[in-house]
Amino acid sequence: MHEEAVRTILAEHCKLSVDVSSLTSNGDLYQVGLTSLTTVNVMLAIEDEFDVEFSDNMLTRATFQSIDSLVDAVEELLE
Amino acid sequence: MATQLDSNGAPRSFDDIMSIVADLGESTISEYSVEVDRDARFPTEAFDALKAANLLSTYVPKEFGGDGLTITEVCRVCEEMGQYDASVAMIYAMHQIQVACIVDHAQGDKYFGQYLRDLVENQLLLASATTEIGIGGDVRSSICSVNVSGDDFELTKKAPVVSYAENSDAIMVTCRRSADAPKNDQTVVLVKTEDRELEQLAGWDTLGFRGTCSSGYVISSKGKTEQIMPVPYATVLAKSMHPVSHLTWGSLWTGIAASAVEVARKTVREAARKNPTVPPVSALRLSEVNELLFSMRSGLHEAIDEYQALLDAGDDRAFENFGFSIKINNVKVRCSEMVVDIVGKALQIVGISGYKNDSAKSLSRHLRDAYGASLMVNNDRIRGHNATMHIAYKGK
Repeated sequence: MHEEAVRTILAEHCKLSVDVSSLTSNGDLYQVGLTSLTTVNVMLAIEDEFDVEFSDNMLTRATFQSIDSLVDAVEELLE
Repeated sequence: MATQLDSNGAPRSFDDIMSIVADLGESTISEYSVEVDRDARFPTEAFDALKAANLLSTYVPKEFGGDGLTITEVCRVCEEMGQYDASVAMIYAMHQIQVACIVDHAQGDKYFGQYLRDLVENQLLLASATTEIGIGGDVRSSICSVNVSGDDFELTKKAPVVSYAENSDAIMVTCRRSADAPKNDQTVVLVKTEDRELEQLAGWDTLGFRGTCSSGYVISSKGKTEQIMPVPYATVLAKSMHPVSHLTWGSLWTGIAASAVEVARKTVREAARKNPTVPPVSALRLSEVNELLFSMRSGLHEAIDEYQALLDAGDDRAFENFGFSIKINNVKVRCSEMVVDIVGKALQIVGISGYKNDSAKSLSRHLRDAYGASLMVNNDRIRGHNATMHIAYKGK
């Protein structure tokens, strides 16, 4: 459920080298073009979409590594 | 060579090492500083002396024959050395950065473990080629790639700046992991002098840091695949290259600033002796510049302490945290700008004898070297990275 929203956010906010629909959920997003600037845009979009706030210790490369890690972050914030 | 011993046969301590550095600083290193700077040549005498004292292997762990200093201690050595000759200190710092990359990420690897032993035995000097023509100072991208065929590799890189390449025993070169890897999927390759050719692209006739000989080259190399670091560059950069670079550089720049303040201090004392009844105006200026040095050093030491604590805690995820990256970038931008301010204020105190090139109180090299700090990766590029992170960072 959250995965669809995360995929939509990625499609809207990142210029990835492949179509978001073709990405596996555990594929490395940095390898397909995620940058530090787009990381921040994705974070802001997720905060808006789910009405959550990322804590500083979640602001790390690993959180944005894959669709799975983003979904895990969302689920953690929604608890 | 065995672990360095003091006169009692015990492994030498950090204090022993600092004494040796101070002695060399006052003798061999200082003796040739003017000439090295004037001729923009490699400080051969200084490095012969550093090697004779086994100072290139201070960060190598004791089990490999090194001194096993902590990174905090290595930073202190850079701060001390920066007081005598910033080019010598910069070469020393840059070498330590490469050593740290190997020690932190590859000491357990058969090839690199042996390389560390060779480094201790032969006091090998390591250089680095991270920037590339076409991508400038964005070290997280590469155009060139390492091309592997069986056990062999071939790697060619057009590097706009490679400090002391011609005097190094090896160059750690960043590149894409393979011919079809994306630009930020990078690795680091240890390119040995005997297996590489250098074609100079640009010289190094600069305002300061003249002894670092940071010319541009096309590096053409080959070797064995065992020379490719076993860990991705992104990991090496976050845990080692980025923090050790900024912290050792910040340290040596603090050394430059401290040295300039010392010259200012001598000047004020002389003025006070001449007129004991009235404190010289310059004493107030000395107090002011000492406040700046206090702030510069405090910020640096706080960041070093935090980095040391994270290393000791052993959680590698901490190095990829925005808050940590921001702080490490702050050290670079703040120290590089403060060193210019401090040396300039020291010059104002010292006066004309500081302005002359041929006086015992000359601050010419201090000032010229100081201006290089904010350009070696341009501060605006680094601030740009911080700016992006600050949008997300809550500072809590």
